Amino acid sequence: MSKRPVRPSNAHDADRLTPAPPPGRFLDSPTFPKQSKVELGNAVQRRNLYDAMRTIRTKRVGVTSEADDWEDLRLAGEAIKNRTLRHLDRYLLQLEESLTAAGSTVHWARDAEEANAIIVGLVNAALATPQGDQASAREVVKVKSMATQEIDMNEALEEAGIAAWETDLAELIVQLGHDRPSHILVPAIHRNRSEVRQIFLDEMGRYGRPAPDDLDSEPVNLAAAARLHLREKFLRAKVAISGANFAVAETGTLVVVESEGNGRMCLTLADTLISVVGIEKVIPSVADLEVFLQLLPRSSTAERMNPYTSFWTGPTDGDGPQATHVVLIDNGRTKVLADPVGRDALRCIRCSACINICPVYEKVGGHAYGSVYPGPIGAVLTPQLRGVASAVDASVPYASTLCGACVDVCPVRIPLPDLLVHMRHKVVEAKAHGRPHADDVAMRVTGKVLGSPGVWAATTKAISGTGAVLKKGRVDHFGPLPWPLSLWTNARDVPAPPNESFRAWYARTHHKDGSPR
Amino acid sequence: MTSARDEILARIRASLADVPADDETDVPWAYGQPRRTDDLLDLFEERVRDYGATVQRVTGHLGATVVEALLAHGVTSVVLPAGLDPAVVDAIAQAGIVIRGDTPALSRATLDETDAVVTTCAVAGAVTGTIVLDHGPGQGRRALSLVPDVHVCLVAADQVVSDVPEMVARMVPATRAGRPITWISGGSATSDIELSRVEGVHGPRTLHVLLV
Ligand code: SF4
Repeated sequence: MSKRPVRPSNAHDADRLTPAPPPGRFLDSPTFPKQSKVELGNAVQRRNLYDAMRTIRTKRVGVTSEADDWEDLRLAGEAIKNRTLRHLDRYLLQLEESLTAAGSTVHWARDAEEANAIIVGLVNAALATPQGDQASAREVVKVKSMATQEIDMNEALEEAGIAAWETDLAELIVQLGHDRPSHILVPAIHRNRSEVRQIFLDEMGRYGRPAPDDLDSEPVNLAAAARLHLREKFLRAKVAISGANFAVAETGTLVVVESEGNGRMCLTLADTLISVVGIEKVIPSVADLEVFLQLLPRSSTAERMNPYTSFWTGPTDGDGPQATHVVLIDNGRTKVLADPVGRDALRCIRCSACINICPVYEKVGGHAYGSVYPGPIGAVLTPQLRGVASAVDASVPYASTLCGACVDVCPVRIPLPDLLVHMRHKVVEAKAHGRPHADDVAMRVTGKVLGSPGVWAATTKAISGTGAVLKKGRVDHFGPLPWPLSLWTNARDVPAPPNESFRAWYARTHHKDGSPR
Repeated sequence: MTSARDEILARIRASLADVPADDETDVPWAYGQPRRTDDLLDLFEERVRDYGATVQRVTGHLGATVVEALLAHGVTSVVLPAGLDPAVVDAIAQAGIVIRGDTPALSRATLDETDAVVTTCAVAGAVTGTIVLDHGPGQGRRALSLVPDVHVCLVAADQVVSDVPEMVARMVPATRAGRPITWISGGSATSDIELSRVEGVHGPRTLHVLLV
């Protein structure tokens, strides 16, 4: 994780079907402060993120202020999700009944392992079905899906001798680059065009149609190379695996919202479709989609509408997959639901607006969060789903300035800063059971940052324009400071002496190694 | 052994012990409402164009306009779903463009070698510049409007509604009937490389809307 060379070593790929991801598990990632130091050193990533996040923020403001009932839509989105989550058992039973009535087969999975076992079984069965005289390739095509990433499905399939091909352009870049996603919507946001070109030239030919030799780094030509590379995989696809943005209890309709058409290819061309759906994705009725189909595209890609949205309700005679399976996964969600405060996070529709607005994310990128969910929602959801036992999970709730920008953009009004504080309390509570104190983690990184004028300057600059508290290089109170200072200030509540710059004050009151005098 | 289903449902019930059975969250929203807009058709045109798609009002003969559109995109073969206006089909045939029907269903490979598709739609929305297909007569199965690189879509003026709420409301019966629904807003696009928008990835790279 600490290094992401453009030309990865392929030594460990010899006996694999798909490009190997970086070694190690997310759960064993270094703490957020530690990894963020590494990420901050990646100048390419910092510049990419800086440009990209600015572009998308501006666009989002444009399309959300254009809708004059935006705030009403947010209230409606929040209410529909609460309504469902507060009686989740009822809606899931209704969903199960509708899916079954529509001809889909419903499977339930308590955790990642169980989900993967179900999926492997379904894929094996589908590929074993005779397809004329030709043996089916041991492969599946994939629609971009957070749920399948969360359960690390690709690796489970690989172990079962099945190649899972990512078909979303960014996911393809990540997969071919032996990399991990760093953003939920644009997973390869940390890569620039020339890196993408190199990855395509080096890797495409190993796994299918090679990139054209004269490929340049124009995004339009890179996209065209992906089109050609993936087309042959779509045209021969027997099994596709998708997630779902929404699952409608009333009708058993699943909905996928996308841009490129790779989703439609998978949903339409395969013979068997397996959809992996978190139990919190259910919504009551078809009509509710009018709220979310306005909230989601404007919040995520900052468009009035995304290019393609597909609804399907079981198999359709003579059109698309004739076998449709739905795997409903818990994988920690019922734990989140058990916390009356924390359950608000389950409203998340994975739009990524909170990530795009976050000054901390913009600086360090997604990899430091040690999870498929980065940014504010990741800092809340990951420790909820996985618990705070691992070092990285105990550290991410501190990866925030609590500046509040995220709560203002969240289309379903998740109180992210409140939930971050809530999760910090849980981390502190966990300390009573012998785990390292979060303050220790905070203190260590604060010392490092304050010991380096460059980083401090960058940090103060990072929040100018976010409406935060620093003015003219002076700090007159320790309210929410930008990360990483917030690691410290948000864990304590200390008044600053007036008319003394923060750095001067810090130098006066602390040793060089960051420990208090 | 408890099944995963029963265990998950039991976990949920335990997690929601604090929620009274009769608890209902009010949804403060009036569904299916039209949005006030100026001229619907003008707005629809403008918004489709915003996505980089072509949109054109048909004033003369529909068949001739469809042929012009196909020829303008260099189309030599086209798949025509059952149920399309026979006058349109005739005009295309007379222009010498190879017509492929989809009964029996074309193979994926043949579809991939076909330049274009002409379809109608079920409803369209002005504010977002969206067309919605419910894959009824004139629209064909989903792969037809996906695999060929050019999609010419005929939208009747009275199919254009204001915005998403009205489009969803119109699609409720078809969805309840189990039909697949496809929402199309411009051509296929991506912003995955440096967030720079590229039109045309896997879906049709050219969307040409004819407003009838
Ligand atoms: S928490 Fe809100 S803003 Fe963040 S991804 Fe989820 S829905 Fe979007």
